Formats: sequence, structure tokens, C-alpha cells
Amino acid sequence: MPEIKVTPLGAGQDVGRSCILVSIGGKNIMLDCGMHMGFNDDRRFPDFSYITQQGRLTEFLDCVIISHFHLDHCGALPYMSEMVGYDGPIYMTHPTKAICPILLEDFRKITVDKKGETNFFTSQMIKDCMKKVVPLNLHQTVQVDDELEIKAYYAGHVLGAAMVQIKVGSESVVYTGDYNMTPDRHLGAAWIDKCRPDILISESTYATTIRDSKRCRERDFLKKVHETVERGGKVLIPVFALGRAQELCILLETFWERMNMKAPIYFSTGLTEKANHYYKLFITWTNQKIRKTFVQRNMFEFKHIKAFDRSYADNPGPMVVFATPGMLHAGQSLQIFKKWAGNEKNMIIMPGYCVQGTIGHKILNGQKKLEMENRQTLEVKLQVEYMSFSAHADAKGIMQLIRMAEPRNMLLVHGEAKKMEFLKDKIEQEFTINCFMPANGETTTVITNPSVPVDISLNLLKREMALGGPLPDPKKPRTMHGTLIMKDNSLRLVSPEQALKELGLNEHQLRFTCRVQYRKTEFTIFIVLFDLLLKKCYTIQHLPDGTVMVESIVIKVSSSAEEPNTKVLLLSWSYQDEDLGSFLSTLLKKGLPSGLSSM
Amino acid sequence: MKLYCLSGHPTLPCNVLKFKSTTIMLDCGLDTTSVLQFLPLPLVHSPRLSKLPGWVSKDGTINLEKKELLDLSTIDVILISNYHCMMALPYITEHTGFTGTVYATEPTLQIGRLLMEELVNFMERVPKAQSATCWKYKEIQRLLPGPLKDAVEVSTWKRCYSMQDVNSALSKVQLVGYSQKVELFGAVQVTPLSSGYSLGSSNWIIQSHYEKVSYVSGSSLLTTHPQPMDQSSLKNSDVLILTGLTQMPTANPDGMLGDFCSNLAMTIRAGGNVLVPCYSSGVIYDLLECLYQFIENANLGSTPFYFISPVANSSLEFSQIFAEWLCHNKQSKVYLPEPPFPHAELIQTNKLKHYPSIHGDFSSEFRQPCVVFTGHPSLRFGDVVHFMELWGKSSLNTIIFTEPDFSYLDALAPYQPLAMKCVYCPIDTRLNFHQVSKLLKEVQPLHVVCPEQYTQPPPAQSHRSDLMLELQPPPMPYRRCSVLGLPFRRRWERIQLLPEVGPVATHLSDLQWGKKVFSQPPIVQVLPLKKMREACNCHHRYTSTMTDKMRKKNPINHIVGFLMNLFANYCGK
Repeated sequence: MPEIKVTPLGAGQDVGRSCILVSIGGKNIMLDCGMHMGFNDDRRFPDFSYITQQGRLTEFLDCVIISHFHLDHCGALPYMSEMVGYDGPIYMTHPTKAICPILLEDFRKITVDKKGETNFFTSQMIKDCMKKVVPLNLHQTVQVDDELEIKAYYAGHVLGAAMVQIKVGSESVVYTGDYNMTPDRHLGAAWIDKCRPDILISESTYATTIRDSKRCRERDFLKKVHETVERGGKVLIPVFALGRAQELCILLETFWERMNMKAPIYFSTGLTEKANHYYKLFITWTNQKIRKTFVQRNMFEFKHIKAFDRSYADNPGPMVVFATPGMLHAGQSLQIFKKWAGNEKNMIIMPGYCVQGTIGHKILNGQKKLEMENRQTLEVKLQVEYMSFSAHADAKGIMQLIRMAEPRNMLLVHGEAKKMEFLKDKIEQEFTINCFMPANGETTTVITNPSVPVDISLNLLKREMALGGPLPDPKKPRTMHGTLIMKDNSLRLVSPEQALKELGLNEHQLRFTCRVQYRKTEFTIFIVLFDLLLKKCYTIQHLPDGTVMVESIVIKVSSSAEEPNTKVLLLSWSYQDEDLGSFLSTLLKKGLPSGLSSM
Repeated sequence: MKLYCLSGHPTLPCNVLKFKSTTIMLDCGLDTTSVLQFLPLPLVHSPRLSKLPGWVSKDGTINLEKKELLDLSTIDVILISNYHCMMALPYITEHTGFTGTVYATEPTLQIGRLLMEELVNFMERVPKAQSATCWKYKEIQRLLPGPLKDAVEVSTWKRCYSMQDVNSALSKVQLVGYSQKVELFGAVQVTPLSSGYSLGSSNWIIQSHYEKVSYVSGSSLLTTHPQPMDQSSLKNSDVLILTGLTQMPTANPDGMLGDFCSNLAMTIRAGGNVLVPCYSSGVIYDLLECLYQFIENANLGSTPFYFISPVANSSLEFSQIFAEWLCHNKQSKVYLPEPPFPHAELIQTNKLKHYPSIHGDFSSEFRQPCVVFTGHPSLRFGDVVHFMELWGKSSLNTIIFTEPDFSYLDALAPYQPLAMKCVYCPIDTRLNFHQVSKLLKEVQPLHVVCPEQYTQPPPAQSHRSDLMLELQPPPMPYRRCSVLGLPFRRRWERIQLLPEVGPVATHLSDLQWGKKVFSQPPIVQVLPLKKMREACNCHHRYTSTMTDKMRKKNPINHIVGFLMNLFANYCGK
């Protein structure tokens, strides 16, 4: 039986290093190729040796698809393509293609230049890797080869994030990447049509959370920032350069404008300006409101938000600083955090999810003493706030997507095992479909039941349609009679006559015949009764030569030469009328009920 | 399958295709050439124009080339190929009972909206105290000069639509991306393909499993700003409908661009002004890009460039955000990130300024000599009318025509006598006859349908037999109001068999009927449908082993027929 296999190399019951292998209709596809923020060793990248122990991956993969530019979805790409070796096509959307190399370069700089790691991919490798990228437009059907096609849908989450549908014949898989079912200040909501995939592979970061309305969270956020600034404290907001950062910037910018606030807002790193520029150029990927008004006022031109310089961190007085990266695992946000952590007037707001092992994760769990490098400890006195602004679908959103796409099976990745378990039960209950949650390296196999496309001759179709009244009722299946011819690579359905002609065959008629003997007296009564009985259900014709036709079954009466007192009934019917024929023959053979014959 | 041709204008087509019970309208261009028969609509009262004897100036009536060939409310979908070919959309979707869907790409929708907005704005800001209708009477029309005398059904000419109509019409547009497969009622699949002519411009493939119609409209093979034309997907068409070839088959766009620059430089150096009547989107982007490179070399750095249109700002801004729809060169700029078009820099450095109209800021900031880009190219309405009045009397000034849609002599007629220099550099990047015959050789459609104008040389150059389509078999010409039956014989249809519902027939050899029944070699087998499907692998194909087995059994005839009582679940038409 045809089957689809899904094996996560990363993000199986885990968040980080998303990398999922799908085998469908003889094609192998890699979905995302990310790195894990929580590890600094080999576990950082997916284990590509699962695909092959040695040699390049090119011959094992038909294509690689990257859903969006976050490093946990594309961070291992240069490693995979240049160091392990892959030369096939890599698909991603235009914004992802534009932004992804910048983040990769940033990541490389932090790892190699700051931490001094060797055996890491180089700038040249990033460039070479990006040359293999084929840009993908929304809703465009891309034919990877004759059989494999992929199509991207809008996913919200970050600029350029996409869900992908992978299709071979009538089998299909949808991979959501990370997505967001509620529009926010700068992005729209994910959308997919009722494509009924065999498997829907969905992220489940917020599998158990049902988040309150966004307005409340925004008000909360503004209140906390406002209070801290009012009492002269500093606010640190660790973010990734692209994505949440822009949403929060829009939020603070409008708030500052409205409240006429004076405290400075800074945005760290040179990436910012560039990042905002990307948003301006890819404005078609943002939400409706921004798209509509961008000619009059571009939301990504900020008046109150200025570039940050390292020396500002020691400035007295209140300020708000957006610093990268978002999980406090390295870089500027970590440096600023170290400086400000000791003062309880200050505040850190974590606007997104933090992967296990990062400092962000530790302080969110209430850890007050942190072990830093060189055996130093850092006391955390500042207020720690967590506010989920990361644009992932919550439990409600995931259910909503299932309703939209109507998958036959569900597969969860990119989430914590416990939470997945909960959501899995919920999905199985509500939709009565199978839900899988394979761990890394574990393969899920789903048996599919694809329909068989067949070419039908228009003559036959018209003939069969004419039999059943003027218009076919799509809800009612109907029987049709035809011959299926399998030739070369095609299946064709034609009328039996045409098939016989094409195959050069003679039509064989199968006829069943049988003889029944009666005594003469019995016979007369019987035939009258028989006639009476059958007239109600069937059309009976008496032919001039004495033959009786019940529908198309021929009954002939003759007298036997040897025994003048008996009559012989000859029955004959064709194979097509087997049902009626055998019914009649058993009826005749049984003879008359005993009561009648004695009359 | 039938094709109803509602427009005789080869570059502003409007055809309706009936195919498998779906009614598909292909484009709805608005032919505005009739405005040339009318006087311009001036922005400020012009004593000269109002004193001209004869008749009242035009009242915003636009010729709608639609005949009641068919009921517009029966149209299921409208496919738009580019923003110039959708200007009649409100006339079709509004007040006609139309309930279908319009398909267009995002740039086509956005820029189309801008052009319609501009047209409405041009018309509405010069309201007419009275509108002339008497001339429409047959007896009077008979006495009128020129083409007006012969115009058909002037009584059905309609007034320009309102912004409300535009918004309502455009709300019926569903956005599509290149190569997106759109299913219509499960009967037909339509797909837009890049046509290389303008931002978001597309050709369309209309196909079922066995028939393929390609609709080619306004395509270009030149490397300008849009994404290159997708030619290979047009292959294997049964019918190719060809419209929107170049209107200037003898003019080379590159040469024209050179002429444009040199004439512009000459006039500026002599202290004159340059007027460029143009549409607000399209070639103007290329003109600005060309000037961007040219002005530095030609020492024109200090000359101001003005772009005046109610939608000038929007047009310039929108051009920068459609990276996905641009040529590779421009796309890679966005990755840097830099704006794809250099006019962003022209605006930043104050070399190019844009204004919604001549009123307001423009009048105070305006410096001469300068270059003005403004509409409408027919010179009958829009801000260009004012500049004609202002600059027409001086021989220092130059008007340079770049749009090929209107005859420049006719356009200038009401402004005569004119001292201003006139230069005609029509830039039409659409396919020329040489390119199109090469294209057709490559994609090899079985039949070609085209406007009758393409089947003979242009009337003015009747000896140029190279300026026409010569094909084997000859193309099927159409004219306005013709109805063509397309040469199709549909013989096959695609259905899906659901294996679950098939009854299980038994293998023939299982039946103990004896050998006598089959005197021939038993190459006919009855298999249960389920088994058969197992035999095919998941690609619905033979597995190689199965094919081999069959071949061994019967080396001559490896046709295998599966004869059975077959239950096929089917629905549809």
C-alpha cells in the first residue's frame, strides 16, 4: 500500500533545530534545517547521518524547503548544504531569502569570532548555500519535478513565513512551519484552503495555552514599561532583530507619541535600520492595514526609536532598549542584562519563547543566581516579566487550522512532549483523526488511500449519463458499466464494445441453460400461477412461437418424446442476468408447494 | 467551445470563451480613442478653446465597445492580463447582474486601481455644466465629420464610472500568483503566467485534462523591469489566442529611448521645457531609470523633473514593493536591501518631484526649464491640457510622445497652430511580428486565433508583408462581434476511481469453466480493483515487475485489459 513517512531529525517533541524528513510517493523532502539555541556542541545541528552515513545528501533528497528565517528553522542550512553536501534546490520565500543570510552571518560571527569556535561554516559557505535557493511566491504551484509540486501559503509569524503544501499525485502533506492565526500589529493571520492533506504537520509551541486577547497583553506591556520608566528604571527587551521587534516598536512608538513621553527608546545593533528597510520593501507581506496606508505613512519609519550605542547602557536615567538576541544566550542583550541585573528598579521583559538551556529560560523559571563563564555568579535582582508576544498559534489557533485544512492525519512537532500529549488527546477527540507526535529519529508511517485517476471516453460518459436522467446528482453514487484498459502508463475507461475492438477480441456470450421436467397436469396449473406471480414484478412477453420471455430470460416449453405425460421447460439466460436467472431456475426446480399439486 | 469577440481593438481585447460549461471573459480593455474626436477638458477656463466654433467639448462620455452578444450576468469569471486591459471592469461587473469572480495578480489590481482612480479624478474635477446629447441622434450624427459619423451605437456610450463603482468592481477581484493553479468549478483550471510586459502582467492558460487554451495578451521579450515572460508553459496548446502585439511594429524601443533622451537634453540646453504625456505607471518607470543614468552624463543634474498626477506618489511607491514581480536584477537589489527602482534616489535627492495636480504646492515650487511627466496621453483631459496651453506657443519647448495608444497628430489637432516642437518616440515593448513568429514556432500551438488586423499588413504599409502573421495552418481571424467555434474534439475526460467502492470480481482462472470458453490466449483478466491498485505502485503506474511479467506472457500484445463490472464513482459534468 502507498504510504507517507515522516521522520523528525529535530523538533520532534522539542523546540529547536527543526528538521523534518518526509517521504511521499517515492520523493524525499527535507522541511526546515534549523539549529538548536540550547546547545553548543554537536547536538546544535540535526543528525544528518540518519539520511546517509557517508557522502553527500543530494541523491537522497529531492528538495529542501525552509519555512521562515528564524535560526531554529534555517540555522543549519549552510552546514547541511556545504559541509555535509547538498546540491539540490532549496525553496524559500523572497523575504526569507533576503533576510536568512544576514541572520546566518550574524550567528556565524557570534560563534566563530566571539566564542572562537573552529570547524564552523564560513561566510563564503553562506553565500554558496544561498545560490542554491529558489525563491517561492505565495500560492504559486512550483513543479519540483514531473510529479512533485509544492505550494506556499501565508503563515503570519514573521515576515515571509510560509506554510507549504507538498503534493505527489493525489497524496499530500502540509507543513506549517511556525504560524499565527491572529493578525497582529504588523502581520496578517495564517490562511490555508480546504486542501485535505493526508498529513498536517503542525507546530505546537503553545499547545496548552489559550491566550487572552492581544489588546490585554499589549495594555499590560505598555503599563509595565510605563511604570518602570516613571520610577527611573531601565527596561531591557531582548528580541530578535526581525519579527516581534517591529511589532513592539510600532506599539511603543504610538504609545510614546500619544503620551508625549521623553525617555529614549533604543534599538541595538546595526541590523535595525536594515531590518526596517526590509519591512518597507516587503510591505505586501504585512497586514492589510499597513499595506493600505503605506503610501501616506510608512509604519516602519520610527521617530522615537534611535540606534543604540554600547556606551548608552551606563547612562543614568530611564530608557527602553531593544537588544538582540531574544533568548539572552549571547551577544548584546546578554551584555546589557549583566550590567542591569543587579538593580531592582530595572526590568527585563521577555516577549517570546526561550529554549531550554538559555539564560532567558533560566531567569523565567525564577532562578535568582546564574552561573556565568569563569565560575562567576550573577545575582538577578531586576524584575523579570514574561509576555508572550511570539506569534505562534495557540491551542485554539491550531484547532482552527485543522478545521480549515481538514487533514486526514495530524502530526505535531516543535513543542514540548507533555503539552503535545494534551493537544493530541484533544485533537483525536474533537476531530476523530489520528494524531502523531514522533520523537527525533522516530518514523511515523501513514498509509494513504489515493484514488486512481482514470481517463474516461466522453462517449461512454455521455451514454451513461443519459441513462440516469438529465442531471447527475453529485451526492448519489451511480453504477456504470465500462472496461478499464491499462496500456503503457495510462488507465482508460471505455465502453466494453470499444475495448473489445481495440484489443481485437471477440465478445464471448456466457449463457446458462437448464431443464425442468413436469407432469402434464401439474404443469398447466403451475404455469398459470407462475404467470400471475411474476406479472407483478417483471415484464413478461409471450412470443408467437410459444416462448415466454421474463425480462430477457428465455423460457421454452417442449414435450418430451419418450414420456408423453411430461412437459419440459428450457431456461436460458446470459451471464449479465445471472441473478434473475438463478432465482427463476430455483423457483421452477423447487416445484409447486405440495398443497397446490394435490389439487 | 466558442469564442465571442466583444472588442475589435487588438491591444484592448475583450473576448469571452465558453469552455466546458464555464463562461470566461478574457480581459476587458476600454477603448478611449474616441475621445480624440472631442475637444479637451481644460483645467482652467480657456478663452481660446471656448471660442472655437463648432461644438461643445466632450462631456466625459466614454465609448464602451460592448455589444449585446451575450448576457454579461452569465459570465462566471473574468481573467485580467494587465492593468491596461481592465479599465472597463466597472462597466461589466456593476449594474449588469454579474455575480462571478475576477482574477488578477496583486500589482495588476493595485496599479489598475490607481489608473482608474486617476481617470475618475480627471473627469470629476472638471464637472460640465451641460452635456451634449443631441449629436447622438442619427440625423445629426450623419452630418458629423470623420470617424464619429460612422461610430456605431453611440446611444449606448456611457458616462465615466464613479469611484464607488471602481471600488465595488475591484472588491470582486481575487488575487492570484504566477503559476498558481486555480480550479473553476472542478471543470477547468486556469493559471496565470508571467508575460514580461508590465508589473504583474500575465498570460493565461485555460485547461482541462485534455484541452489547453493559451491566452497571450500584451507580452514582451525585452528586458525592462518586469519578470521575464514564461514561454515554455505555453507549449502544447490546442488553441492559442493571440492579442496585444506591438502597435509600433517598425519602431525599435531602444532607439526610441535614445531619441527621447537626446531630444530632451537638446530642449533643456536651449532653455526650453519638455512635456511628456504619459500613463502614470509602466513605461514611465523605464523612462525615469533611463534618465537617472542619462542626466549625470548629460550634465542635466540641476534640471527639475516633475511627475504630476493624482496618483503620482502612489504609483512611485507601489512600484517599489512588488519585488516578487520584478526582473532578476531588480529582485536582487531588494535583498541588499535597496529599493528596486532608482527613482527612489531621484526623489531623495530632490531631482524628481511629484504632485497630485498643478494646483497647490506645485504652482509655488515650479521652476523652468523643466521636464514634466503628466497625463492623459490623449491630451484631452488631465493636467497635460494646461501645459499644452502654457507651453504650446513657444518654439523653445518640446512635447515628446512616448505612449503608442493615440495618434499624435490627432491628439495635437485642437491645439493647432502650435509653435512647440513635437517629437514622436512611441515606446511599445510588446511582441513584434518577428518575435511572435519565433515564439509560435517554439510553442507550436495547433491553432492560432488572432484579431483580423494581424492577418494583413497595416493599411499604411500594405507592401510590408513581414508585418503580419503568416502561419501554417493560417490563423483564425476575428473581428468585433464575431463568434468563433474553436476546433476542438473532446474525447476524453478525467475521473477518479475510489478503490473502496469497487466490487470484487474474481480472477477468471478461478472459475471452473473449462478451457473451451477461451479459445484465444487468455489475455483478458478480471482483477479486483483493490488488487489492481496494489499492482500499480503509489504513482498509479505499473511497477516494473508487473510490466515485465505481462510482457513475458504475451510478447506481441502487451495490452492488458481489465474487464469487469465496474462501479465508478463519478460526478461532475
